[in-house]
Amino acid sequence: MNPFRTILILVAAFLAVFGEATLPVLHHWLGAQVDLLPVLMVYAALTADIATVSLLAVLGGLWFDALSANPLGISILPLFAVGFLISFRRDLILRELAFAQFVLGTTASAIVPVLSILLLLTAGKQPLLGWGSIWQWLVMTAGGAAATPFVFALFNWCDRSLGYQPRIEPGFRPDREIRRGRI
Amino acid sequence: MFRKKNYLALGAVTLLALLILSLPPRVTAHLKLTIGSLFLPLFGLANTTQQLPADLADSVLPRRELLQQIDRLRRENDQYKALAVQTAAIARENDQLRSLFGWQQQAPWKLKLANVVMRDPANWWRTVQIDLGSRDGLRENLPVLTAEGLVGRVSSVGLTRSQVVLIGDPNCHVSALVENPAHDTGIVNASGPLDTSLVDLTYLSGSASLKPGQNVFTSGLGGVFPKGIPVGQVVDSRPVEFGLYTEARVKLSANLGALEQVWVLFP
Repeated sequence: MNPFRTILILVAAFLAVFGEATLPVLHHWLGAQVDLLPVLMVYAALTADIATVSLLAVLGGLWFDALSANPLGISILPLFAVGFLISFRRDLILRELAFAQFVLGTTASAIVPVLSILLLLTAGKQPLLGWGSIWQWLVMTAGGAAATPFVFALFNWCDRSLGYQPRIEPGFRPDREIRRGRI
Repeated sequence: MFRKKNYLALGAVTLLALLILSLPPRVTAHLKLTIGSLFLPLFGLANTTQQLPADLADSVLPRRELLQQIDRLRRENDQYKALAVQTAAIARENDQLRSLFGWQQQAPWKLKLANVVMRDPANWWRTVQIDLGSRDGLRENLPVLTAEGLVGRVSSVGLTRSQVVLIGDPNCHVSALVENPAHDTGIVNASGPLDTSLVDLTYLSGSASLKPGQNVFTSGLGGVFPKGIPVGQVVDSRPVEFGLYTEARVKLSANLGALEQVWVLFP
């Protein structure tokens, strides 16, 4: 487990939630705010271990719910469900391909809000829903899909620039040196 | 082994989520405020960053323009002073008439200015957070307004921040009356998730005569919002449930999409 990557993902989630709450630019233009937590969950599920996925689901969900009118803890399960399913099959996913990242970002960004709404309705809450919610869902899905390859590129750059790099073994091995005589 | 770890994590996270969801509302509210306070340093940083360009612009503003502004503000201040004197006279007259009829005296509103620090990150709620809390005397259900009209009510209070549920959210119902001869009353409800400027005025009587442009005010019924706060103007109306009652669309006076400063009203 690489703790640097886990910390980076959690810091990004914290900043993403703060940004969503304080920068309503997209909300003004498109009528919906794009949620970056599903995108981060896709990255975490493909590159980090299950502990990181769990931490992101719990902390990200709690941070999001603390700044929202959601009941506290309602966002944990949708995020974790997406992360769990991706990490379960991550050996079969070509994670380096931008298209695969795009598809996973689309799926995650589409599933998380739907699951959250279902949980809210199950809990007896009355979220603001209507025909306009379909537009909001499309914006969230498209926004998440577009952001996923950029998030992967950004994290890969951070990982290369700031993270621990494994030492590359040189081809030369002293024990295999052929010692020659004078001739 | 990897699979076992996965299932253990699944169990642990599900259990934790269910545990948090089943906590009593009071504990959850405290927990929410505690977790939300983690963002306070970032709020401070963001405020400073936003203030910086304004401060820089102020420092390079020409002296002549500042003097013009002062002159204009002085004139406005004089006008408002005259208006205040007139209003005080009207209020005295109103009090005298009320005492003649034996009606209860109207208490003057006490207002406190608050800054809107953030909006709800979820698309399915319409709430904002303001920078006043219980240490400023705020409590739940206090009305929140701007100079244009009603904004919402305080839904939860922390030490330094409070959550305001905006008009148009499913959790904010307002009893309102239309400024027409019949004074038709109805309930302001949520309209749609996209347009924040429109709300539905429901449960108006089937015979209500509504015309576009009629003003809508709070009716004072319900005990949360005092009477007479402007809500908006009627856009159109239609009969609902085979004419059993009428529903109208109301354009809100306050611009909920661009809230920066609001007034909390202490009735």
